[in-house]
Amino acid sequence: MGKQTSIEQAAALIKDGDTIMVGGFMANGTPEKLIDALVAAGTKNLTLICNDTSFVDKGVGKMVVNKQFKKIISTHIGLNKETGRQMSAGETEVDLVPQGTLVERIRAAGFGLGGILTPTGLGTLIEEGKEKITVDGKTYLLEKPLFADVALLYAHKVDKAGNMIYKGSENNFNNVMASAARVTIVEAGELVEIGRIDPNLVNTPGVFVNHIVDGGAE
Amino acid sequence: MDKDQLQENIAKRVAQELKDGQLVNLGIGLPTKVPTYIPEGVSVMLHSENGFVGLGPTPETVDPTIVNAGGQPVSIMPGGCFFDSAASFGIIRGGHLDVTVLGALQVDQEGSIANYMIPGKLVPGMGGAMDLLTGAKKVIVAMEHTAKGEPKILKRCTLPLTAKSQVDMIVTEMAVIEVTSGGLLLTEIGEGFTLEEVLSATEADLIVSESLRTCLQ
Repeated sequence: MGKQTSIEQAAALIKDGDTIMVGGFMANGTPEKLIDALVAAGTKNLTLICNDTSFVDKGVGKMVVNKQFKKIISTHIGLNKETGRQMSAGETEVDLVPQGTLVERIRAAGFGLGGILTPTGLGTLIEEGKEKITVDGKTYLLEKPLFADVALLYAHKVDKAGNMIYKGSENNFNNVMASAARVTIVEAGELVEIGRIDPNLVNTPGVFVNHIVDGGAE
Repeated sequence: MDKDQLQENIAKRVAQELKDGQLVNLGIGLPTKVPTYIPEGVSVMLHSENGFVGLGPTPETVDPTIVNAGGQPVSIMPGGCFFDSAASFGIIRGGHLDVTVLGALQVDQEGSIANYMIPGKLVPGMGGAMDLLTGAKKVIVAMEHTAKGEPKILKRCTLPLTAKSQVDMIVTEMAVIEVTSGGLLLTEIGEGFTLEEVLSATEADLIVSESLRTCLQ
């Protein structure tokens, strides 16, 4: 069965109320065309899991401006003033998570782990309500897995089996998020036939990918 | 002293702390000025928490696929490499990062630091700061000594902590302070300042080093 689908069909897989994970870091390595399609679709009451809320005119920042999120789980919202405004006005719930903890919670979800133990956040507001576990004399916080309904990713080059290769700093959260959602959609900067990617150079295995959209096609 | 001169002095002094071959992460703002002043013969590799080592300056011809943690176009140096966020924070948390240099809103005499939120006013988020403070082998806070005349080096932070007891050194335009198990040790005074001025601009208790000297700025 082919994984390739249209951008509109892919966007329609996301339903009101879903939790979505979106790859990218300040919109570097983010699936802009999938995001534009979601803005056009107007899907509402979503929960967002993303490193940051980008800028007002880039990446998931455009969906923030379009008021599509009821909750945002992120490490940094400071460069998108609209996120802060919605949080202060009580329109959108924001859960701030340390970056290293966010990525490991996603990895735990995707890799079948019951959580991770991290020293990050000990002695801060982050530890509130969390179990502390001591291993060999060192104390850690138990941080639980973070799943999504749909992951929206971007890779520079993707083959039709879903194998992904990144360019520059565009990998960031994409690799880890690929495994942690019920449905994973990747936007390919360049979509190529099977056999056109050297298996030695694949960054993320295509087995995690359910749907591919051709972001290079106009 | 104007603000540029003051920040330059802080960056210069921090640069002297870096050793050849170290892997270093620089926070946004003032810390990004540090590489300009790294002494000759010292070469460090910069870590960018969005997923690479070998962070280099913004090139004349921008490659949009390479950005720093602030989303600004940068370059990668020879010997550098890209990786995902899990590896990036594995490097940080796993003890593979030698030094992190960050700014702060407040630091206290237990080496705790607050730099990610002012409740009700400014809530940008911690980004990678909590992991950097927890994981880096050496934490250097680089900041102006006071904010609008009010001390930033306190007996106890009043803002929500980014990390508890993780700071090793504080470098300001007025002073270099080491965080020790006995408290804050004042080791250097910035050129143009007196001991009395440093003490009155600092709320925390300072232990004055027997070998107190003036910063070479």
